[in-house]
Amino acid sequence: MNIIGQLGRNVMQSIAKLGDATLFALATLRLFFAKPWQGKHFVMQMYAVGVGSLIIIVITGAFTGMVLALQGYHMLVKVGTEALLGPWVALSLIRELGPVLAALMFVGRAGSSITAEIGIMRVTEQMDALEMMAVNPQARVMLTRIIACAISLPLLVAIFDMVGLFAGYLIGVEMLGVNGGVYIGETIDKVGMIDIQAGITKSIYFGLLVGIICTYMGQRATATTEGVAKATTRAVMLCSVMVLILDYIITSFYL
Amino acid sequence: MSGYKKIEMVVGIFVLIGVMSIAWLAIELGGVGGLGSNGYKLVAVFDDAGGVRKGSDVMLAGVPIGQVVSVTLKDNEEAEMVFNIKEGVLIASDATVSIRTKGLIGEKFVRVNQGSEEDYLAEGDEFEDTESAINIEDLISKYIFSGETK
Repeated sequence: MNIIGQLGRNVMQSIAKLGDATLFALATLRLFFAKPWQGKHFVMQMYAVGVGSLIIIVITGAFTGMVLALQGYHMLVKVGTEALLGPWVALSLIRELGPVLAALMFVGRAGSSITAEIGIMRVTEQMDALEMMAVNPQARVMLTRIIACAISLPLLVAIFDMVGLFAGYLIGVEMLGVNGGVYIGETIDKVGMIDIQAGITKSIYFGLLVGIICTYMGQRATATTEGVAKATTRAVMLCSVMVLILDYIITSFYL
Repeated sequence: MSGYKKIEMVVGIFVLIGVMSIAWLAIELGGVGGLGSNGYKLVAVFDDAGGVRKGSDVMLAGVPIGQVVSVTLKDNEEAEMVFNIKEGVLIASDATVSIRTKGLIGEKFVRVNQGSEEDYLAEGDEFEDTESAINIEDLISKYIFSGETK
């Protein structure tokens, strides 16, 4: 009986948390139009979150494209359709792997730092200090990070896709000897606007999701060293799982 | 302040690269502003549209010259297709169209066989003669049944 009661309590708690997070996100996003405009801080966050993740995105993008080309070639060559290697690499990258892998990398690189930073700001009472200086911490700290995530991730995904496509071309055409003209022609032929739209739409939602979850977890972390560590771990875990779940949902709309 | 200016620059470059990547993907791969944006429409009626869909290629001499805009049912028995043909491509009025397959298991496309008349098809004209898709299953069943009757 006790176990069932515990389960019920857990479910109720999770629902309460979900509601809390939603209210938090709405209250924060509403501050977008509030004055003073946090322009400078948006730019600073874009630098920290977006430019900071650039290197890891380029590296993962390149190797994803390369391994896709390698795997795809060895599979397609068995049925004599290696001419389809271009679309194989491009569609896998643009529709699925670009948004998802970039988002997962982004969670690890930027999301974790957001949660930890906000958590530590609370531990060291910097939030209260901001408020004392008549600065709204929700607008200055939370909103700037959420918006920076929502803008940076689509840009990072586009860069990821581009790097991946070039890497795939290098492996497919230069190393494995697929005809270059056929590779590019088939790719342009098979990739449609809807594929690119699907990829970019996904990444915007992922960016918002990562921003909201990570700031929320930081904000609600217990104000101890251990609390911050736990919140960071939870934020990364939750973001990763939610990205994959949301990916399935959005993909089902775009097929 | 100079430190912040530098950050501003870097972020600007980052955004520029990102936006350019999206634009490149959309224009090069997505085909925005490519085929189908301008041109003229032609109509053809087939007994069997056999796998041709909206967006399938229309080819002349193996070169893509347009796309299928719509495939609809006409008089409850035939398939009516509307093609969008690229500006500047002239198709003789006695040209015929047939449905073909790219490679052995590739996708279906519409092949235009150029005619010899001097006058050309214009916006809204219909092809005189069409050849429907070859249905492999029909061929196989024909072969099997002809074997039985012998």
